[in-house]
Amino acid sequence: MDQKIKIEPTQYSNGWLWKMAWRDSRRSRSRLFLFTSAIILGISALVAINSFRDSLFDEINNQAKGLLGADLVIESNKPIPTEQLYYLDSLGSEWSRESAFASMIYFPRTDGTRLVQVRALDGNFPYYGEIETLPEEAARKFQMGKTALVDQTLMLQYDVDVGDEVKVGEVTFEIVGKLQQVPGQSGITATVAPVVYIPYRYLEQTGLVQRGSRINYNFYYKFGDEEQATRLVEAEKDKWDAMGFDWETIEDRKRSTGEAFGNLTNFLNLVAFVALLLGCVGVASAVHIYIKEKIAIVSVLRCLGVKGWQAFKIYLFQISVMGFIGSVIGAMLGSLLQGYLPELMKDFIPMTLDVGFSWASVAEGIVLGTVISVLFALIPLLTVRHVSPLRAIRASFEEQVASKDKLVWLVGGLVILFVFSFAWIQIKKPLDAMFFTIGLIIAFAALVGLSKLVMVVVRKYFPTDWSYVWRQGLANLYRPQNQTLILITSIGLGTALITTLYLVQDILVDKVSISGSGDRPNMVLFDIQTSQKDEISELTVDYDMPVIQEVPIVTMRLLEVEGTTLADLKADSTIDMPKWAFNREYRVTYRDELIDSEEIFEGTWHGDVENSSDSVLVSISKGYAENLNLEIGDEMVFNVQGAVIAARVGSFRDIDWSRVQTNFLVVFPTGVLEKAPQFHVLVTRTDNKELSARYQQAIVRSYPNISIVDLELILKTLDDILGKVAFVIRFMALFSIVTGLLVLIGSVIISKFQRVQESVLLRTLGAVKKQIYQITALEYLILGALSSLAGVFISLIGSWMLAIFTFEAPFVPTLLPMLVTFVSITLLTMFIGLSNSRGIVSKPPLEILRNET
Amino acid sequence: MSSILEVSQLTKQYESGSRSLQVLQDINFTVAEGASCAIVGPSGSGKTTLLGLCAGLDAPSSGEIALNQIKLSALTEDERAQVRNQFVGFVFQNFQLIPTLTALENVMVPLELRGEKGVRKIAQELLDRVGLADRVMHYPTQLSGGEQQRVSIARAFSNSPKILFADEPTGNLDEETSEKIEQLLFDLNHEQGTTLIMVTHDLELARKTDRIIRLKGGKLVEEEMVVS
Repeated sequence: MDQKIKIEPTQYSNGWLWKMAWRDSRRSRSRLFLFTSAIILGISALVAINSFRDSLFDEINNQAKGLLGADLVIESNKPIPTEQLYYLDSLGSEWSRESAFASMIYFPRTDGTRLVQVRALDGNFPYYGEIETLPEEAARKFQMGKTALVDQTLMLQYDVDVGDEVKVGEVTFEIVGKLQQVPGQSGITATVAPVVYIPYRYLEQTGLVQRGSRINYNFYYKFGDEEQATRLVEAEKDKWDAMGFDWETIEDRKRSTGEAFGNLTNFLNLVAFVALLLGCVGVASAVHIYIKEKIAIVSVLRCLGVKGWQAFKIYLFQISVMGFIGSVIGAMLGSLLQGYLPELMKDFIPMTLDVGFSWASVAEGIVLGTVISVLFALIPLLTVRHVSPLRAIRASFEEQVASKDKLVWLVGGLVILFVFSFAWIQIKKPLDAMFFTIGLIIAFAALVGLSKLVMVVVRKYFPTDWSYVWRQGLANLYRPQNQTLILITSIGLGTALITTLYLVQDILVDKVSISGSGDRPNMVLFDIQTSQKDEISELTVDYDMPVIQEVPIVTMRLLEVEGTTLADLKADSTIDMPKWAFNREYRVTYRDELIDSEEIFEGTWHGDVENSSDSVLVSISKGYAENLNLEIGDEMVFNVQGAVIAARVGSFRDIDWSRVQTNFLVVFPTGVLEKAPQFHVLVTRTDNKELSARYQQAIVRSYPNISIVDLELILKTLDDILGKVAFVIRFMALFSIVTGLLVLIGSVIISKFQRVQESVLLRTLGAVKKQIYQITALEYLILGALSSLAGVFISLIGSWMLAIFTFEAPFVPTLLPMLVTFVSITLLTMFIGLSNSRGIVSKPPLEILRNET
Repeated sequence: MSSILEVSQLTKQYESGSRSLQVLQDINFTVAEGASCAIVGPSGSGKTTLLGLCAGLDAPSSGEIALNQIKLSALTEDERAQVRNQFVGFVFQNFQLIPTLTALENVMVPLELRGEKGVRKIAQELLDRVGLADRVMHYPTQLSGGEQQRVSIARAFSNSPKILFADEPTGNLDEETSEKIEQLLFDLNHEQGTTLIMVTHDLELARKTDRIIRLKGGKLVEEEMVVS
């Protein structure tokens, strides 16, 4: 037969498909909006954090000069010889000098003592920005008299005011101003080491500059031209290296501040990324169920002549628009929220931050949100192309083409690529991003496997003799239209991500907390001169406190390792040894036995040197040995304040640094350093706060050169800081949790439409409310329990791996939060499932069927 | 009169696991343009499958179907969709209106698919013709079964199809409503000169067509010309 009649190409355009998408969405918008809300939260978290990051980096660029306070800072931790002083003077016409060190101070009126950072300043530093004080003029006036500036929080804590006195070493100063802000210092640094400024010319009189005192010597230069500082650094850096100087320009400060906050925002970004991923899970599961419902409509459209791709486009348009709307709302919400972030993080930021509207972050959020909405919706959406028109006349007809569809695999690949690329952008480490992505794939596969297993096991071992309610509830897990796969995967993945976030937070907090309980020491006295040693011991015993440890300390520098010197390192960049090993000052002790916080890892412990001709065998900490690539028997030459001593590596020690002990990188045997100039450290403990205060006052009054580290105070400060960090983490994690809950609610509510018809049928056949509730409760209880249990289990494995490989910390998961997560997710799933049924059982079956189907 | 539908040596089998299920065997018949024809037979005899194949909703296992002289086996599914839109109308037993569209929009769909202008007016006239002028903005769930089937008939005739396939068009309706629907169907069939192929269990209804094709066990067992 001749084909005489031509098929006309279809005339309708995308315009009609858009119109159709609009019409079809009218009755489904509340359902579509549910998945959109997941995107809204994910995007708002991301935009808030990115906008905050943009504002922060803008501000760092604007305020970089104020952060450093000068065009160039040259630093040294060794006393500056006179000829070097002349040289430093010749580098610029306008400069200031500062000696900074830790010391005890004493407030005579209130009898308070505290370890602070003393800064003796000479000159007009800061040249950019300012030392903010109350009253304002105090910052410039304090150098004129015997006056000091004291950190305002410290003054508040010790109940002192302007006009009171503060004793620093042997000199008593009048406090003329409360120190509010020092260039480049954040609120948190001030809490750990509060600053006291004194005029430089009184430094000697304080008597705090003694042998062994750890002082930083800073020289601040103003050139009025950043370029000049850079040129000077280029020309002089070799000379400064040789003199053991460090230096920093405004550019360096911009970079280091940027890096420090880069890490902070990267962590927060990761939290937002988790929120966004949960949003993606929400999109995928919601669209999956949404499309299942639309199949009947698609089959009719196909009968009327719509092509597969065109049916696909109708729903693609719907999802894109809802994704776009969600992203716009999310981006707006994020922009509003970012106004709150500077307030949240004010203690961590060394500057005042004015947040602006970041168009770049908003645009990024909108594009990203729309792209992920479409990308994660694509796999369920693609099935629309294969819906047969036959379904319109045969409801039982089912296409089985998903696994053969190459596009599904392609989109799957794109999803994986997206997760990997985005994780890479957020974490900045491709290997970590790869492990993160693989971890997610494994978690997803495990959840899919679990769902299939549940269906097979329930079907195979179905308890045929159980009551009807049990049989119906269990059968719902594997019958056609079951929700086992979609709910276990989405709820399980959501639970896993949230629990992992919580457990990681636990690991981080545990890692930095120190136990101050039990019989452990809680007070350490530094810088005790040899002549003061016995008196301090006696005083300690007089106050009824134990002398737990008394350690001599000798300062020295490293000259050679196996013949390699600092000069060799500078000449040959291929030598694998860090320069700091030669630049730093070593505080070394000597003793004839190991202490309980250390054990020999390799080699043999040598406690003493009997004859002066014997080799000096030192013990090295394991980490330090690894940094320097040391081996047992290697020669190390030290300069002990003028005397050169050759030693050999006798052993490596494994040290538990978290114990409150004086631990050392290098330990000498007895019989070598006894005659070297040295100072001492004494470790003691008391639980009595009043006794502790009186003891500290007595020490500071009689021995002002001695610094006391009160661990109780440090622990309290650390607790405050951790509290603030934890709050920031929890605030951001809240986004993930709320998004996860939305995904859960969304999945369960959308799944309601799968159950409406049969519940109505059961009602029609005479099932009472209680039976409908019991069947529903049982199904959702099993699904909720299985998915949350699987999620918690996956998060345990994930957190354990993160602890071992990323944070290098022991992993001891706390049971309670996991139990709480398990129980609450299970109950929540059941509760939402039951509340879905409420509408079904409280209305006449016919009314529901007319409205819902 | 030329034929609008030619079915020759048609077979259809479904694979179900390792088993093969023969639904239709060696079916041959032709239908002339403008004629009406009923396919009858017991449940499971292959009536709906035959209708689906003739309308291009599925592809046969072997044999050939020519619809308006276009060989369907040579076409892809998307090309068959174009054929359906251009030449075919459908009326289903369970109406198959799109629940998210109003009555008017449901009728407009086939015309809009063809990219035609002024479709709203045509759709309104058709709804008026089937007696639903005052229900145009109602959604399917707000209409009774009879009203839904009338919308479905208006939709089926909206693109002036050359051939209309009806699958048990009165199967879900009461006797009185069924009679009205049948009348409407045949009236429009005559007015527009459309060929009508109908699957039904209702022999009385079948006798109102020009010809009855009887299926049994997937085979065409009898053809009867009806003399009115």
